[in-house]
Amino acid sequence: MQETVRLDYKLILDTIEKDSKVLDLGCGDGELLRLLRENRSVRGTGIEKDEKMVYKCVSKGVTVEHSDINNGLSDFPDSFFDYVILNFTLQQTKKPKEVIREALRVGKTAIVSFPNFAFYSVRYSLGIRGRTPLTKALPYRWDVTPNLHYFTIKDFTDFCKSESIAIKNFIGFTDDSKIALFPNFFAEQAIFILKK
Amino acid sequence: MSEYIPKKSDSPLGVVETKFFDFDSLKLESGETLSPVRIAYETYGTLNSAKDNVILVCHALSADAHAAGVSKDLGELGWWEFMVGPGRPFDTNKYFVVCANVIGGCKGSSGPGSINLKTGSPYGIDFPVVTISDMVEAQKRLIDSLGVEKIFCVVGGSMGGMQVLQWAYSYPEKVFTAIPIATTLTHTPQQIAFNKVGRRAIISDPDWQGGNYYGKKNPSNGLALARMIGHITYMSDDSMKEKFGRRIRNNGKHGYDLDPEFEVEKYLKYRGESFVQRFDANSYLYITKAVDYFNLGENKDLIRHFAKIKTKFLVVSFSHDWLYPPYQSKEIVKILKYAWVNVSYCEVSSTFGHDAFLIESEEQKQLIGHFLNNAYNKSR
Repeated sequence: MQETVRLDYKLILDTIEKDSKVLDLGCGDGELLRLLRENRSVRGTGIEKDEKMVYKCVSKGVTVEHSDINNGLSDFPDSFFDYVILNFTLQQTKKPKEVIREALRVGKTAIVSFPNFAFYSVRYSLGIRGRTPLTKALPYRWDVTPNLHYFTIKDFTDFCKSESIAIKNFIGFTDDSKIALFPNFFAEQAIFILKK
Repeated sequence: MSEYIPKKSDSPLGVVETKFFDFDSLKLESGETLSPVRIAYETYGTLNSAKDNVILVCHALSADAHAAGVSKDLGELGWWEFMVGPGRPFDTNKYFVVCANVIGGCKGSSGPGSINLKTGSPYGIDFPVVTISDMVEAQKRLIDSLGVEKIFCVVGGSMGGMQVLQWAYSYPEKVFTAIPIATTLTHTPQQIAFNKVGRRAIISDPDWQGGNYYGKKNPSNGLALARMIGHITYMSDDSMKEKFGRRIRNNGKHGYDLDPEFEVEKYLKYRGESFVQRFDANSYLYITKAVDYFNLGENKDLIRHFAKIKTKFLVVSFSHDWLYPPYQSKEIVKILKYAWVNVSYCEVSSTFGHDAFLIESEEQKQLIGHFLNNAYNKSR
């Protein structure tokens, strides 16, 4: 790989096998799908609700559907994809539980990444400074944020347990490195590999 | 199924001339045979030596082969001028753009106003009923005559979009990319109903004379009324508010009589009256019927049919289009996705209603231009 790749993209690229079928929910400008196509020769398609982002995808030659995942994924049959990706999308969906359930219905594996709300600088901002955190992973001011749900690595682990979702792998990370030690405190972001 | 307003002005393509392609006969979906057949068409750009740079533009209900450039006889710009030309989405420096008038029409291709060789007079309603699939078969003869094996892109809006879908259905191996815009897989009862009212307006006009009005008085009132109804469906609540508001003539004072006074009334009247100058009432009957017959098939069969096709799709709809609403485009996308066909979809936000694809916007130009550009570069 010649390009310098964002760590979250790299972690996803490392997870996905060659020639697999991939659905990227909330694919944004299509950069991840482009990388997956070029480096893993996947058959990939994205869903994105922001019209401007859809144009960006099309201009990259990335296959995209202009649609809102909050309206469900009923367009797809069971186990249609090898992987369904929710890269920093889940916290912006109206009903995360249903989105995860649908992702695991249409995909054999779900890859979910999100900002960890128990990251130490988030705790500091809220606990000490008494202010809504503004960090690299949570860059939006409270009144303009598209994020609807704030949760932590521990929250999400509990959630998977209660929903009987198998966690195949989990990686906590910051901007540029993986965090193995006390990830719920030291990891700014997390990525979960899930199976039904 | 849409409006275009011919404007007299300059085009980078300069003056273009409509050409004609004649062939012996065409067996129609109904079982009837149309013979002989004439297709009016225009081309822009140059066919490359590999003959793989063709963009086939399919027109909507009331348009014609004159998609771009300045027409030789009338000096008018084409109906999709902003899409075709050097540096435009259908870049004539790269692509060879072909646009053909549909059969059943009245713009140079065989239609009810053509001379029936058996009788020596215009067909009138003796012209056989044609379908979207027949229109595509006729276009295919034209494409074959140009020696083109594979069309780089088939594109069109509304009824043109139906032709795009039909092309991909009938000849997937010949269609490299397909861009159906503001269209549907099947005409719905509501869509048929609007067409029915239009047809009824025409045949109720005493001047229609069972379709034998050629050389006599045209059923102008009926056709104008049909066009007025059509126009309402091509706009949107928002675009009408924006365009006309409740503005009235007579210095803004109500006349308290039954004369037309609202701006929108005047507009519809004008649209109706100008349409009858350039369109044949019988063609309106035939073409709306062709559109009403359009039904590509049941979802299950379509998924099976499309399952192996390699054609790359870009499906486009417009947010305020209530004649061919976005849900119908999404249905196309759903079927293609099920069939694992490579398909992208965008609902372009526009207040213009169904007519949006005929109105210049950066969004549509970029979307389609970029899509084609990528596909073209990848195919080299």
